[in-house]
Amino acid sequence: MARITASVYTSHVPAIGAALDLGKSGEPYWQPVFKGYEFSRQWLKEHRPDVILLVYNDHATAFSLEMIPTFAIGCAAEFMPADEGYGPRPVPPVIGHPELAAHIAQSVIQDDFDLTIVNRMDVDHGLTVPLSLMCGQPQAWPCPVIPFAVNVVQYPVPSGRRCYNLGRAIRKAVELYDEPLKVQVWGTGGMSHQLQGPRAGLINREFDNAFLDRLIADPEGQAQVPHIDYVREAGSEGIELVMWLIARGAMSDKPPVVRHRFYHVPASNTAVGHLILENT
Amino acid sequence: MALEKPYLDVPGTTIFDAEQSRKGYWLNQFCMSLMKAANRTRFKADERAYLDEWAMSEEQKQAVLARDLNRCIGLGGNIYFLAKIGATDGKSFQQMAGSMTGMTEEQYRDMMIAGGRSPDGNRYTHEWEKR
Repeated sequence: MARITASVYTSHVPAIGAALDLGKSGEPYWQPVFKGYEFSRQWLKEHRPDVILLVYNDHATAFSLEMIPTFAIGCAAEFMPADEGYGPRPVPPVIGHPELAAHIAQSVIQDDFDLTIVNRMDVDHGLTVPLSLMCGQPQAWPCPVIPFAVNVVQYPVPSGRRCYNLGRAIRKAVELYDEPLKVQVWGTGGMSHQLQGPRAGLINREFDNAFLDRLIADPEGQAQVPHIDYVREAGSEGIELVMWLIARGAMSDKPPVVRHRFYHVPASNTAVGHLILENT
Repeated sequence: MALEKPYLDVPGTTIFDAEQSRKGYWLNQFCMSLMKAANRTRFKADERAYLDEWAMSEEQKQAVLARDLNRCIGLGGNIYFLAKIGATDGKSFQQMAGSMTGMTEEQYRDMMIAGGRSPDGNRYTHEWEKR
């Protein structure tokens, strides 16, 4: 039987990818960000999963306004890094896991979550920056990755509660998979940031750290927090944090082990947050 | 009975909801077209002519020509789509975000390094009306 061993949470700021790709990660501005992931890179080497299900959002890259799926699961064998207007990032292609992805789709849809099945899709910084942060600049990513895209661009986005329950449905699906795979679920995006309007540049350390505390200790409670609280307190783009609840819902009901926690302001316009939680 | 939209009471913020998305459909789809290098070249060669190929309002076209991102957002644009115009102009996301705040690029960058804009005094529209 497959099982979920751990979950990883991280921001996916595009400027972090650009800093790595352009060889700027040693600059004083970026050093503290990458230092926060040194432990994580070693940890991932020692706890390499067989598959990562990576929850992220597409930023008007694969999905324009022609189609806006709320939840989309990538079932393809391969996904190419997208050209977001600056040329594709110089990172390896993402190898999928079509068998497990199809199995999860089958199970989760029967549990009343309407996933869109995607068999062709380029992946943007939302997916590749977390991989870069956790793996550095390898020739190939360490294992297959199932992209799981959530609409957080056009409101209304799914509620925290729905995301948390979706995570639980994903957990059930993984545990019903016959092959003995070790699976990690990653939740990405956030933390506080606002990229638009006269209020751009909003950062809320208190909200972010309270979110981290509660995600660890009281995810059910955090899942009840309405959208407006994220928008008002963490900025219009801070709403991305609901995606972390999918990864948290995929974890066991027993309290997790907090392997690593990191927080830093700023990376470009954004507060960077990062957690590694292991199932016991 | 109108739908509840509590996010209208957040200052300096336009939430890209289904209504905004409907208004901004062609504006955003124009932005999307700039992901192709050939389209970027054509747009740069004659911006007005390129914009005229799209079913956008005259107001939307003027806002794009002026690179007035706040106005683009008011007319239904979304920042992730509008960012394609910035990429075409060779601007970073920080430059684009800063351009909407009334601050200089340097002031905005310094504010971020100092920890960003505080939520205090920036949560409700009435807090800005007093200014």
